[in-house]
Amino acid sequence: MSPANYVYLAALLFTIGAAGVLLRRNAIVVFMCVELMLNAANLTLIAFSRMHGNLDGQIMAFFVMVVAAAEVVVGLAIIVMLYRSRHSASVDDANLMKL
Amino acid sequence: MESLIGVLVGAPLLGAAVLLCGGKALDRAGHWLGTLLAAASFVVGAVLFFGMLGRAGDDRAMHSHLWSWIPVDGFRADVAFQLDQLSMTFVLLITGVGTLIHVYSIGYMEHDERRRRFFGYLNLFLAAMLLLVLADNFLLLYVGWEGVGLASYLLIGFWQHKPSAATAAKKAFLVNRVGDAGLAIAIFLMFTTFGSFAFAPVLANAGDASEGKLTAIGLMLLLAACGKSAQVPLQSWLGDAMEGPTPVSALIHAATMVTAGVYLITRSGAIFNGAPDAQLAVVVVGAVTLLFGAIVGCAKDDIKKALAGSTMSQIGYMILAAGLGPVGYAFAIMHLVTHGFFKAGLFLGAGSVMHGMNDEVDMRRYGGLRKYMPVTFVTFGLGYLAIIGFPGLSGFFSKDQIIEAAFGKGGTQGWILGGVALLGAAITAYYMTRVMIMTFFGEERWRTERTPSPDRPDVEPAASVRGEHAEPHPHESPGVMTIPMIVLAIGSVAAGAVFKLGDSFVNWLEPVTQFEHGHPPVSATVVTTATIVALVIGVGAAWLQYGRRPVPAVAPRGNLLTRAARRDLLQDDFNHAVLVTGGTHLTRSLVYTDNKVVDGAVNGTAAAFGGLSGRLRRVQNGFARTYAVSMFGGAAVLIAATLLMRAV
Repeated sequence: MSPANYVYLAALLFTIGAAGVLLRRNAIVVFMCVELMLNAANLTLIAFSRMHGNLDGQIMAFFVMVVAAAEVVVGLAIIVMLYRSRHSASVDDANLMKL
Repeated sequence: MESLIGVLVGAPLLGAAVLLCGGKALDRAGHWLGTLLAAASFVVGAVLFFGMLGRAGDDRAMHSHLWSWIPVDGFRADVAFQLDQLSMTFVLLITGVGTLIHVYSIGYMEHDERRRRFFGYLNLFLAAMLLLVLADNFLLLYVGWEGVGLASYLLIGFWQHKPSAATAAKKAFLVNRVGDAGLAIAIFLMFTTFGSFAFAPVLANAGDASEGKLTAIGLMLLLAACGKSAQVPLQSWLGDAMEGPTPVSALIHAATMVTAGVYLITRSGAIFNGAPDAQLAVVVVGAVTLLFGAIVGCAKDDIKKALAGSTMSQIGYMILAAGLGPVGYAFAIMHLVTHGFFKAGLFLGAGSVMHGMNDEVDMRRYGGLRKYMPVTFVTFGLGYLAIIGFPGLSGFFSKDQIIEAAFGKGGTQGWILGGVALLGAAITAYYMTRVMIMTFFGEERWRTERTPSPDRPDVEPAASVRGEHAEPHPHESPGVMTIPMIVLAIGSVAAGAVFKLGDSFVNWLEPVTQFEHGHPPVSATVVTTATIVALVIGVGAAWLQYGRRPVPAVAPRGNLLTRAARRDLLQDDFNHAVLVTGGTHLTRSLVYTDNKVVDGAVNGTAAAFGGLSGRLRRVQNGFARTYAVSMFGGAAVLIAATLLMRAV
């Protein structure tokens, strides 16, 4: 299978993720879409790693996963706290910074 | 000998300092001190004069350098004096007439509690005027010029409790400022043109400068002279200046102040000689003022204001003569000196009349005073004969020369100027005869009551009717007042003949002012005859109107010209309409422009930015997704731009 197909898939996943972040209101869904974008990036890293025959890309993917895991911890905590204070997980309700 | 020149200025200046700073301890002797120092200055002047006579004509000028005032690289201003024949003439006139006026003031101001201060101001006036005529550069002359303006302001407004006096002082000061600005600009121009403002380099190099520059300097000097000498268009202050005590009027009109303009033009003769256009302007100003002052003098019932109009007119003669160039300078100064004698005498006489009449100034309230004030009558009468140019008296010689020189200008100009001067002589005879008859002849009008009539509701009741004073009891003034009048009367009679004898005055001034004989189109005898005819016509007309029939105690309404002349030929109305109203409109339009255009532009810019930022603020709507979109969009644009640049 041509490595180009992996890149296409990664582009598709990234687009879906970006659209989700920009369009969805539910914080959980937005969060999941962020994860989707990160993993799309991971997919391209691994695909190119395979294409070039060295392991740099794969090592990079591990780093991304670690960061993503840490991000999940912090992000979910924020979302839970937000929900507790506002009884809603909509990102549009968190608008205290508005002038 | 040179060191004495400083004493001339120093003596009255010391007097002013002592009298003004001295305090009440000097109240009893202050006036004697002031008079003594003025007299000392005159004595020093006389000593220098006789010393000067002992030397040859070209060797008479003396210089005295006191100290460097502003020594800067390329700019030198010195306090240095130059005493030549022209300055000497002025020094003798200023100190001589000035001293007599000091003596007179001792009597005139006897009951004024601020007499010490008055003498301090008089001394200051003399010192400033002496500085003006003795300076050897235009900058020091300017100092004296301003000093004269200051002293005149203080003296005109001496009775400051009267609002009219305070206003008159302010008016004189402000009108003079216009002229002062002219002198300042003239000095600036001299410095840029000649690199100096000392008399010697400026006047010696005047021939090398371009005519345009000389004309500009000349016109600015003329403006300055107009302010100080009360020439049209800056004449309006002179009539109001009569609010000052009468000795001040005598001083301003005879010895100091108004003669400064004539001095300035004569001194700057070399500049005017190279600028015919400026000379023409001088002549025109002189001729216009000569008629203007004479017409005003005819209509005034206030004796001092009638004399003020006369001064304006006589100074017009001098300016006219000075504008004729080397033909006329000597005659201008000669008329100035004779005028100094008779005008001082006339003013002191008027003061003596007022002194005996409870300060009444309206000539319609006088009449028949010759019986009560014989000395005043005789001295005033001699001054009167001198000013109208009665053959043999001083005014006859000096005025006749000017009329002759005016005809000698040549061509149509000569005929016009000569005609104007001749007409002026007739009007002079008319208004002075009117003053003489109304004051000293006719019935005794001060005995009759005067109340506002339906015909002239604006007439003020006489002082006696107002209840301020009892009916006046005319009496002769004390000796301290009459003696100066007698001395001045002798001068008025004799000065002209002495000056004319062997052309001594012209020869005396010739090294400074140069002299050329004019070429009148008609012979001197014809001019003299015409002058005498004009004199007879003027006197006759006045006698027909005022001598033959009784003078009404209330002025008749008069024709249009008379009413205009009573209002000083509408000079104040003109100034008000053109300068005051015009200035107000200018200010208003400038304020409007400032508010609407300048402030509008500034405020408009601010409002535009405010509005724009208000719009921009809406972008910050607080929705995280919107920010995410802008970040995403920005990243997309950056990447697209990078790729595009790569591809290209």
